[in-house]
Amino acid sequence: MAAPCLFPEIGCYCVTARPERPRLSQGSVQRRGLENKGTTMNFVKTVGLALLGSALAIGGAAAQQKTVKIATEGAYAPWNFTGAGGKLEGFEVDLANDLCKRMNVKCEIVAQDWDGIIPALQAKKYDAIMAGMSITDERKKTIDFAGPYANSPNGFLVAKSSPLAKMPGTGQAFSLSTQQAAAEKAIEAYKPLLKGKTIGVQGSTIHSNFADKYLKGTAEIREYKTTEQHDLDLAAGRIDAVLADSTAIIGTLEKPEFKDYVMTGPSITGGLLGAGVGVGLRKGEAELKKSFEDAIQAAVKDGTVKKLSEKWFKVDITPIS
Amino acid sequence: MDFAFMRDSFVTLLGGVPLTLNLAFMSVSLGAILAMLLALMRMSGFKVLDWPAQAYVFVFRGTPLLVQIFLIYYGLGQFRPTLQEWGLWTFFREPYWCAVLALTLNTAAYASEIIRGGLQSVPHNQVEAARACGMSGFLLFRRIVFPIAVRQALPAYGSEIILMVKATSLASIITMMEVTGLAAKLISQSFRAVEVFVVAGLIYLILNFIITRIIMAIEWWLSPHLRRPPAIEPRLEAAHV
Repeated sequence: MAAPCLFPEIGCYCVTARPERPRLSQGSVQRRGLENKGTTMNFVKTVGLALLGSALAIGGAAAQQKTVKIATEGAYAPWNFTGAGGKLEGFEVDLANDLCKRMNVKCEIVAQDWDGIIPALQAKKYDAIMAGMSITDERKKTIDFAGPYANSPNGFLVAKSSPLAKMPGTGQAFSLSTQQAAAEKAIEAYKPLLKGKTIGVQGSTIHSNFADKYLKGTAEIREYKTTEQHDLDLAAGRIDAVLADSTAIIGTLEKPEFKDYVMTGPSITGGLLGAGVGVGLRKGEAELKKSFEDAIQAAVKDGTVKKLSEKWFKVDITPIS
Repeated sequence: MDFAFMRDSFVTLLGGVPLTLNLAFMSVSLGAILAMLLALMRMSGFKVLDWPAQAYVFVFRGTPLLVQIFLIYYGLGQFRPTLQEWGLWTFFREPYWCAVLALTLNTAAYASEIIRGGLQSVPHNQVEAARACGMSGFLLFRRIVFPIAVRQALPAYGSEIILMVKATSLASIITMMEVTGLAAKLISQSFRAVEVFVVAGLIYLILNFIITRIIMAIEWWLSPHLRRPPAIEPRLEAAHV
């Protein structure tokens, strides 16, 4: 969009107009909306929809291509971000377009603030979330996931000159799911170094959960709306370290103003950090879930995920299946 | 609606009330001092004082508070070396002080206009009468002009205070965990946006209810001349005896 961007570094909070919200698509959203309205006529509707479904199946894609609306955050580079022209770009935008092609549906990608991304899915503003969202047990209580389509560990971003730069365990990898004792030992090992420091995390993320569980009481935890904001505050010296996904940190490190910063700490995955990044879906949409699962599997198998991952992250974060 | 969950959220969100009130109280009181100064500058009759005050009010009333908070927090954060040189960094390093500063500057702009309106509405004959009694300068201001102006300005100032209590919710974007910040965190854990925001709204409603009552009490106390005179009870006993 052409609106002026006062704060490009922090994702143009409320200053830029977000890409205009497209109208509800006839096919998917509205029909589902009707479906949930009544309870008395459920049977009739189920039969009706079943007939409709089979009719569509017979008619095939020739009838009308279904539209799937996918939400992303647009402020989590290089996963998804709002590019120079106000267009959504990134790993997930490319992957979403690829998956939609495989699913033979029309894709509509919209931007949605991270805070409300799950409630808005529940409110049927869109059909799926692809926004670097990790599959966690907590989220699974509310929504379904297809995937994972990526898996990456967390890490700390600190200044090279900081005493935190030489954190014990740097370069080692642990999984909280399979090597819980070893992983927790690694966390205990770097904890004394963080005593009295201030750590920035993005709110409502696995990293803020991780910080709340393992680092609360040791360090002061500050929660930001976007990763771009905690990066800015790290550069300003208001916080001593950023705890984030390693891919997001790699993205930050590529910016020239972060040339004196470094990623440190052990690479930790699993446990409350979730089982990789997946597509978030409303519960009870088995059909959509199945088509996403199939498309993701196909994209992992033929190396598309690897190709896109290397394009955007410089490393391969294809989940090991 | 899950009422047990709403009760739990209410207790959680109450934890943010002290910070919300703290931010509102600090910014309203500091803002009032600045507003008084600005109003006097505007009414001084000297252009060198009037114009800067006018420009200040124009800028801070004409831009969104959200933008002001962002500029003060993230914007000034990029000028760290300069601020360190000036010894101001310890102040701007803390999100709390940045929030207080932004809220103060914003409310001062609005409040200065309210105060100016109050001061200008003081009837001229009152001032003339005071001068006839030999009052002038600060004495005149303290005894006659200011008390009348405060009475005139109080209803509008009351709304400004309420607006400030609600404006503190914007501090959550610079990591301050006041009521709205805690609400956002709670939503991210429970995904129940409706319930949590209903409770958060309720808390603001309660806070503002108490504040409006306090302002009404002050108004009542300040304007005895507007009260209905106490009804004189007829002396019944004489008639019956």
